[in-house]
Amino acid sequence: MNLHDYLYYIILPILSLSSLVVFIRFLIGPGIVDRVVALDLVITIGIGIIAIYSIINDKPTFLDIATILALIAFLGTVAFAFYLEKRNKKDE
Amino acid sequence: MSELLIYILSTLGAIFAMLAAIGILRMPDAFLRISVTTKAATLGVGLLLGAAALYFNDFSVSTRVQAIIIFIILTAPVGAHLIGRTSYFLGNKMWKNSVIDDLEGKYDKKNHKLLSEDVAEKNSREKKEEEKK
Repeated sequence: MNLHDYLYYIILPILSLSSLVVFIRFLIGPGIVDRVVALDLVITIGIGIIAIYSIINDKPTFLDIATILALIAFLGTVAFAFYLEKRNKKDE
Repeated sequence: MSELLIYILSTLGAIFAMLAAIGILRMPDAFLRISVTTKAATLGVGLLLGAAALYFNDFSVSTRVQAIIIFIILTAPVGAHLIGRTSYFLGNKMWKNSVIDDLEGKYDKKNHKLLSEDVAEKNSREKKEEEKK
């Protein structure tokens, strides 16, 4: 078993299973905060999947997309936190 | 040699990502879930990206990978703090076996300002005296 097969048949299934498990939490999560955190974690694991996928296909260009995904994950979390907090806040 | 390192890094990274996923499913409380996401997932993704940098062994790729890792390490705690603060204001309950809530009574519920310890104590004392009257 060479490196390509190892990544393709062992590492990628582990990562996709974990993103599936996080998606279960996204569906059942009791509060909206749990859903935001689950979305953040799905995107973070997606960055790892992109890194492994770029090794398998021997194309380092895919890593640019990982950069942008990291940016979007952070912006999404901050925006959700900001507006959820604002919803219940009463200014003087 | 470098191939062996790629094997080790990718395996460890996948294991940590899996642990983060199990943690977010099994933890009893929103705050504990946030703590799992920031720590385990950041380490796992950093290791996976390190494996990619080792495989390509190229200057432009490794600088890109370093930029992603530093960005994730910088932003994960900030996002976790913001979402945890929001979760506290939304009134999410802590786990029933949690020992202490350090922020109890220190946040102004209306305008979300953090009071100092003395002011919070004074407020609670005044409230108790009013209840006595």
